[in-house]
Amino acid sequence: MLPELGHFALVLALLLAGLQAFFGIAGPAFGRDRWVAATTAAVAGQFVMVATAVGILVYAFVNFDFSVLYVAENSNSALPLMYRIAALWGAHEGSLLLWIFLLAVWTLAVAIVSRNLPERFAARVLGVLGVLSFGFLLFTLATSDPFHRLIPAAPDGHDLNPLLQDPGLAVHPPVLYTGYVGLAVAFAFACAAMLEGRMDPDWARWTRPWTTAAWAFLTCGITLGSWWSYYTLGWGGYWEWDPVENASFMPWLVATALIHSLAVTEKRGLFKSWTLLLAILGFSLSLLGTFLVRSGVLVSVHSFAADPSRGRFILAFLGLVIGGALTLYAWRAPLLKSNAGFDLLSRESFLLFNNILLVVAAATVLGGTLAPLIADTVGQTSLSVGAPYFRPTFLLAVIPLMLLLSVGVHANWKRGRLEADAWPLLVTLGVALVFGAAIVFGAFGGKHALAITGFGIGSWIILSSLVDPLDRLRRHLSLSRAVIGMTLAHIGLAVAVLALTGVESYTSERDIALAPGASAEVGGYAFRLLGTQPVEGPNYSATRATVSVSRDGRLITTLYPEVRQFWVQQQTRKVAGIYNRYGTDLFIALGDDLGAGRWSLRAQIRPLITLLWLGPLLMALGGALALSDRRYRLARASEREALVGARGEAH
Amino acid sequence: MKPRFLVPLGVFAVLVVVLFVGINHSREVGVLQSPLVGHQIPDWELPVLTDPAKSLGSRELKGQWYVLNFWGTWCYACRAEHPILLQAQRDARVQIIGVDWKDENDLALEFLAKLGNPYSLIVSDHTGNTAIDLGVAAAPESFLVNPEGVIVYKEPGVITAETWKREFLSRVPPQSSAPAATPGAS
Repeated sequence: MLPELGHFALVLALLLAGLQAFFGIAGPAFGRDRWVAATTAAVAGQFVMVATAVGILVYAFVNFDFSVLYVAENSNSALPLMYRIAALWGAHEGSLLLWIFLLAVWTLAVAIVSRNLPERFAARVLGVLGVLSFGFLLFTLATSDPFHRLIPAAPDGHDLNPLLQDPGLAVHPPVLYTGYVGLAVAFAFACAAMLEGRMDPDWARWTRPWTTAAWAFLTCGITLGSWWSYYTLGWGGYWEWDPVENASFMPWLVATALIHSLAVTEKRGLFKSWTLLLAILGFSLSLLGTFLVRSGVLVSVHSFAADPSRGRFILAFLGLVIGGALTLYAWRAPLLKSNAGFDLLSRESFLLFNNILLVVAAATVLGGTLAPLIADTVGQTSLSVGAPYFRPTFLLAVIPLMLLLSVGVHANWKRGRLEADAWPLLVTLGVALVFGAAIVFGAFGGKHALAITGFGIGSWIILSSLVDPLDRLRRHLSLSRAVIGMTLAHIGLAVAVLALTGVESYTSERDIALAPGASAEVGGYAFRLLGTQPVEGPNYSATRATVSVSRDGRLITTLYPEVRQFWVQQQTRKVAGIYNRYGTDLFIALGDDLGAGRWSLRAQIRPLITLLWLGPLLMALGGALALSDRRYRLARASEREALVGARGEAH
Repeated sequence: MKPRFLVPLGVFAVLVVVLFVGINHSREVGVLQSPLVGHQIPDWELPVLTDPAKSLGSRELKGQWYVLNFWGTWCYACRAEHPILLQAQRDARVQIIGVDWKDENDLALEFLAKLGNPYSLIVSDHTGNTAIDLGVAAAPESFLVNPEGVIVYKEPGVITAETWKREFLSRVPPQSSAPAATPGAS
């Protein structure tokens, strides 16, 4: 009975989303204030219905209701509670429901926070979000109903994909989706502005915190995914330029550009049409990612069971939503004018370069991701594009970006007078280069031009970002949260650059075959296999190896890598043994049983990899600080007063 | 309307066309139809469970209709399928060959003694190599093979009374009750 109610709740949610779209868009267009007022009610109703559906599906998972096909396919009576809940987003239907739920949460948040915005504008934003909800709900009901019954019920479930039975992966999709879906808010603000013909600095100020929040979630989500693949897939890789990874990275690059161009639009009223385009582009890429992952057009290790009819639906939706937005853009953007000018070395220029380089980087990733598809379609040949393409092309866009960042943070708005800042710039650059060379020659050894560049750039960004805030503190001036947040985010980026340089330049890796008692040396550490033993988990049996790691004859740690064999799906999953020593990971993964007690193992020494997780975390934290800046709270309060004042006059 | 503001729309239109062609081109990945359906079954030969000295393979079974059913005592869903297979065996329209997959012989014999044996013959795939050749992802999975050795249908999960009738029996001609397979000595 409950699953049918869940399905019914989704049908009601679809109707309410339709009403929300209609009232939100038609209300302001025809000047019907009642319709405008009804939009928020539709939002609240839609949220309640979607939340009910999610709650019912979670209940079915928790209570082993194997009469629901989706539950039977993605859980099992031996599956621990935590993963029974996470199984909700373990496959296509449920993760789509999660997407819809998160969209409903963002929409509700917009409805609550935007009470202080002009009513008609807020209604338009909610109306556009309603269109998106409607599309996704229709998609779910038409092609991917998570409440489909299995008659007769299965006595037991087929279990959750073992790769997903991991704490890292249990939280990665919701965080990532929160980011993806959050970009819909920026998109909706852009569409509302175009519908209304209002694109002033106020618009940028309203949009900015939402974009920053979505960007921060996206940053965390991508990092979590990378961390998960690092320690569970058993090869120690953290980024493979896989289509699905790219699908999350492209919106991130564009969202990063958008945050920066919004700053220019807010402060100086410039780049208006460009900012609008980026807002459309960010969400378009996030929809495109959904399409690529779920349509089966590209094959990836992460993709869901694909189905061309779903692909066609998403493509049609993609065409309508993005095509509609871009048509609106072609119609409205030419009306935008900004008369303000700026010098070549002003902050505006640097942010423009930032935007161009980020978009170029996103375009190279998009090109590489779609190249196999285009080759297949046009030339009928199969083509696979991987790191050899992505790495150099990406670096080509990113190295100048990093260099410009160190200079750009000192530039003033409007006027380009870097002479005043020349000294700190040169001093920090000098210190950074010496530091970079010192790390390379002192700590790691070996000659690596790219490593010196990487360490140099990373430390330059840190030093250079700190100059202005420290200077303000020295002069007893206050620092706004926005500035602290920005500085923190830039430092986080620099930390990630340092980490990538260390990991990419100085990882030692070896595949070794060891008999019990034998040892092998990798990167100055001796790995000794002490033995293997069988272990039983809740729904798997595993082989656990005991490996001691020592350096110069002194024991450092003992690691226990595992190969888990899951009972139901008969799939294996590896859990690497990792020990962190001064930010360097000593990594060991168990491979295959070679017979007679011998095992193959993969040992890696990855220096500075801890910083690779820390850097993005700092960036996200910086984003969170920036969006809590007084400016947004005060602005909201003053708008409320203005609104109350205006109402008072009208009466 | 200035033409340069139409550029994004144009680029997007090209992208949609590429994706549309791509999606209609793409092989139906992941749709639960094995690429083996309609093709010769890959050659297989496995030891007989009750008498591991003997073996049975695709060659011995040529000329007969048979269902190759992958199962294991560790597999919960196979227990659910078991009564259906027992019933199907009683109909005796088509013989069912069981492949005891990644399992212990003792456990398998005990399981069958307790729950009944629906199979005309059982072979054991200890290494899992035959399962890999046939693209078996998770037990139970069953293949319907015709006398020419061509896979006619693949059931990627539990066989129900309904699917047995609709997907298996409907494909087998009624007069096909062939002599039971005899294992060859190896």
